[in-house]
Amino acid sequence: MDSYIMIGFSVFLGAIFVGGAILTSKLLAFYTPAGQRKVQPYECSEEPIGDARIRFKVAFYIFALLFLLFDIESLLLFPCMKIFRAVVTDQAGGIGTSVLFAELFVFIFILFFGFIYAWRKGVLVWE
Amino acid sequence: MDTSIWRPILYLIGFMAFAGVNAAWLGWAERKGAAHIQRRNGPKEVGPFGLWQPLADGIKLMTKQLLIPSGTDDILFRIAPILAMIPALTSMVVIPFSGNIQARSIDMSVLLIFALASIGMFAILLGGWASGNKYAVISAARVVSQSIAYEIPMLITVITIVMITGSTNLQDIALAQQGGFWHWNIFRLEGGHFVYMWIAFLIYFICSVAETNRAPFDMAEAESELVAGYMTEYGSMGFGLFMMGEYLNIVVGACMTTILFLGGWGSPFGFLPGIWWFLIKIYILIFTIIWIRWTYPRTQIYKLLNLSWKILIPFSLVNLLVTAAFIKVF
Repeated sequence: MDSYIMIGFSVFLGAIFVGGAILTSKLLAFYTPAGQRKVQPYECSEEPIGDARIRFKVAFYIFALLFLLFDIESLLLFPCMKIFRAVVTDQAGGIGTSVLFAELFVFIFILFFGFIYAWRKGVLVWE
Repeated sequence: MDTSIWRPILYLIGFMAFAGVNAAWLGWAERKGAAHIQRRNGPKEVGPFGLWQPLADGIKLMTKQLLIPSGTDDILFRIAPILAMIPALTSMVVIPFSGNIQARSIDMSVLLIFALASIGMFAILLGGWASGNKYAVISAARVVSQSIAYEIPMLITVITIVMITGSTNLQDIALAQQGGFWHWNIFRLEGGHFVYMWIAFLIYFICSVAETNRAPFDMAEAESELVAGYMTEYGSMGFGLFMMGEYLNIVVGACMTTILFLGGWGSPFGFLPGIWWFLIKIYILIFTIIWIRWTYPRTQIYKLLNLSWKILIPFSLVNLLVTAAFIKVF
């Protein structure tokens, strides 16, 4: 618990650091009135046409889903893998040692086949 | 006064100072390194070897007007640079510089660092999106696709390290590699198995270069295509914070590579205290990253995604399974 208060405190320190930098800049900066040309978005000195927030291909959405799967998978693996060596190499462990090992293989293989399926279906093609 | 409270807080302030100095002077190191690789002099006017250049740059950035362009999302535009800097600073809390030089030893410190790195990625996304500039928006989209692609092999490689050492605490991972360079995770010679770990190291190092948006993977700020990418509309301290955040991320990435693969603060032969070895290792890695940036041309975004999804992810999964099998068999 104490450690996490420490992290909170360091976020606070970071905020002071950043806030200080911005405040100093506010105090020191030379302000000139910003005209209409000055505040216009930079586009190689052309007049910007249309909205900047363009839409993206739906393909990016599918591989974002794939990423979510992998990310959750690695989060699930973290605690399992922390005890993996202790459990698997435990000589007196009996059947439990092989079960964890087999479970890991099944888990990764299902994920791997899912990945290959997505690949064959053309999710990983960008043009 | 209870010293047990003040000690870590003083450590924390010390690490923040270390981070701030690094964030400023790595800019100088990069310019100097780039210059000498290209047979130029680089900064040399301000102080000996141009060493006071970061101070001059800082003063220049501070005296510039904080301009909010029209068409921006005002609040997000202001938050983004702050969000780029704070997580990178916070990461320094859990990094063990030596056996006893560490602000806090936390059990889930590996995950904490990756979580904070993801927040840093959000800062770039927000900054690019809020700018209301076409270059910045394209850059933000590229950053997201690149970050999510390279986070997977990175995490899976880290999982193999967690598997071998049996801990998610960075200090424990460093402790498990003490006693000479043959104990380091990159070599792992002592048992005869895990000798292929240098593959994991390569995967991890490529990913950490890509995650910090460095050349040859700097799609986010490809100057020839996107002007300055997500930073196009930023000036003054907003730009400065983004730059410092980027350099801090490089420092944190080098620290993580050192701790996970290069023995942390462990000495390869047994002389000099650990802290010096840690600093030597991270600066060699940082120099390598700068060296790579100024040596190799930029890749394309599609090649970049292919490298991650079609090469690094299958390799890292196979690496995970092989490591599991080796642990079981031996």
